[in-house]
Amino acid sequence: MTPPEPRRTFFGMTAHVTIAQFRPTKGNIEQTLDDMIQALVSASAADPGADLVVFPETALTGYFLEGGVREVARPAAEVFAEVTARYGAASSETVDVAFGFYELDAGHVYNAAMYARLGPDPELIHVQRKVFLPTYGVFQEERFVESGAGIRAFDGGHGRTAMLICEDAFHSISGTLAALDGATTILVLSASPARGAAPGAGVPGNLARWDLLGSGLASEHGIHVVVSQLVGFEGGKGFAGGSAAYSPRGERLVAGPLWDEALLTVQLEPREIADARTEEPLFADLERSWTRLLVNSPGAGVGRPAPDDRGDAP
Amino acid sequence: MQAAHRANDATPWLREVPDAFPMSPDATAPLEIDTDLASTWLTAFLRDEVGRRRGFDRVVVGLSGGVDSSLTAALAVAALGSEAVQGFLLPYRTSSDASREHALLCADRFGIATREIEITDAVDGYLEQFEPEAGGHRRGNVAARQRMIILFDQAFKLGALPLGTGNKSERLLGYYTWHADDSPPINPLGDLFKTQVWALARAVGVPEAIVGKPATADLIHGQTDEGDLGISYPEADLVLHHLLRGVTPSRLANAGFDAAKVEIVVGRLERTHWKRHLPTVAMLSATAIGEWYLRPVDY
Repeated sequence: MTPPEPRRTFFGMTAHVTIAQFRPTKGNIEQTLDDMIQALVSASAADPGADLVVFPETALTGYFLEGGVREVARPAAEVFAEVTARYGAASSETVDVAFGFYELDAGHVYNAAMYARLGPDPELIHVQRKVFLPTYGVFQEERFVESGAGIRAFDGGHGRTAMLICEDAFHSISGTLAALDGATTILVLSASPARGAAPGAGVPGNLARWDLLGSGLASEHGIHVVVSQLVGFEGGKGFAGGSAAYSPRGERLVAGPLWDEALLTVQLEPREIADARTEEPLFADLERSWTRLLVNSPGAGVGRPAPDDRGDAP
Repeated sequence: MQAAHRANDATPWLREVPDAFPMSPDATAPLEIDTDLASTWLTAFLRDEVGRRRGFDRVVVGLSGGVDSSLTAALAVAALGSEAVQGFLLPYRTSSDASREHALLCADRFGIATREIEITDAVDGYLEQFEPEAGGHRRGNVAARQRMIILFDQAFKLGALPLGTGNKSERLLGYYTWHADDSPPINPLGDLFKTQVWALARAVGVPEAIVGKPATADLIHGQTDEGDLGISYPEADLVLHHLLRGVTPSRLANAGFDAAKVEIVVGRLERTHWKRHLPTVAMLSATAIGEWYLRPVDY
C-alpha cells in the first residue's frame, strides 16, 4: 500500500480545527495516551478534513499533581516519540496536535505545551513553556514547576501560530508578544478550576471571564483564538470545560458543553484576519509603535526596580 | 440591588451599574447562587468523584430529616440514580418523631431505599454504664460518632461510599462533631453556605416541610442551630462571606452589621481553625507527609 503523500503546510487555506475538551486519567499516562489517540482518531472521523486537534493544559497527566509532577514529567522528545508511535499504530492520516504536559528538561520541570505533526512524516514543531505560574488561591505552581523564559510563535499547519498556557493568556502582553512574532492563530491550553456560581452568566464565573479574555485577545490583534479547556474533578476542584474559539473580530465561533468531554469542530478562515485588521487596524498601530513605546516608557525598561524597591513610590 | 453609579442627564449611556461587592446587612446578593448551575456542578462532581475517581457505583447517606442530608441525597440520586443511593435512619432515643418523618419523606420523594438502625443501645451502652453524668454536648458527640461507625460499616458491607453532608456555615462556625459529621470521604455541600443549601434544596425539590423548618441537631427537644449559635444563618452567612474576603470586623460594624453578632461569628471562626484540619503531626524529618511529601488525594 502506498503511504499517503505527506502533507505540508496550507497557509491561506481554511483551517479545520478540533478542540478536544478532554478528561485525563489523573497521573496515568498510559491510559491517558490511549484516550488521546482515540480522541485524535475520533476527530478525524468527525471531520475528515481535521488539520489540528487542540487538547488542554496538562492533558497528559491532569493538573493538580503537587509533588507528583516529578514522577510524571517527561522529556519532550520522549513524549513526542510515544505519541507518534501510538498514533502511527492507529492511523495513517496526517494531523497536527497541540497538548499540555509536564516537561522534564535537564533536571528542570515545566508546565509545557507541545505542537507536533503526526502521521507518515512526524515532526515535533514547537514546545512552549508556561511563563506566568499561578501561585495564589487554589494554585501552587511555583512550588512545583519552573517558569518558561519567553513566548514564541512558530509555523503551524495553517500559518504562524503561538500557544499560551492558561494564566499566560490573562496577561495581555503574552498575546501581544505572540502577535508581534507573527502569530495569526493563538491556541490557549487551559486548566481552569471552576469558581463562582452567581446568577447571571449560566456558567461558572471563571468561564465568563475566559469568554471576555478570548474575545478580547482575538479582536485586539485581529487573530483567531482557540481555547481548549480541561474537564473533570480533581480533589473537589472541577474543571468545567466550556472550551471556545473566536474569530479575528472577537466573535465566539463555538462553545463547548459544561462538565463533559467533547470534540468541537471549528473552521478558521484566514481571510477574516485581513478583513478584521483592515476594519480595525489595531495590530498595525501596535507594530508601528511598539519599539518606540518600549524605548519611551519607563515601565518597560530592563533594570527597573522591583515593585517593593521603589523609594519614590507615593 | 445597590447602584454604585446612577444614570443622569449628562450620562444617558451610563446605566445603573451594580456594585460588585455590596456590603450591608441587607445586601444579600453575594449569597445568591444559580441553582441550575450549582445542581449540575455538584451532580457532575459526585459522578466523577464516586465513579470515575474512586470506582464505586453506590453511596450511603445518613438521613437525619434535615435539609443538608436531604439535599445530599437528592444530588446523589440525580448523579447516580435512586438505586445507587441507600439511606440510613440512625435515631437515638431522644430523636424527634418529626426527624424520622422527614427522613422518610425525603426518601419517598427521591425514591431512596432506607434502613433504620437505632443507636440508643450502642450509645447508652457506654454513657449510661460508664458516664451517666455526661451532659448534652458530650452525648451529642458520642451519638454523632456512633452514627459514623454505623455509616462506614454499612458502606463497607454494601461496597458503597459514605457521603458527607456538612455545609460551609457549620464548617466555618465549628458547629459539628470533629471526626464525625466531617469524616465521610466525599462531601458535595461543604462549600455552600446554609442559606445556599436552602436555595438549592428548594430548587431540586426537597419538600418544604424539610427546607422550611428550623435547622436542628435534634439532640435536645426544642434545640435549634440558630438558638445555639446566637445568630441566624442568613446573618452569619453574610458575615462569613465578607470575613473570608478579607473584610475586617470593624469595617462590617461601620457598614451597619450588628457588632455583637459579628463578634459571635469571628469568635467561632477563630476558635475552630483546628477543626478544619487533620491532626497535627510532629515533624522530625525532611520528608514529612503533607509538609514536604505532597501528593493530592486523587493522585
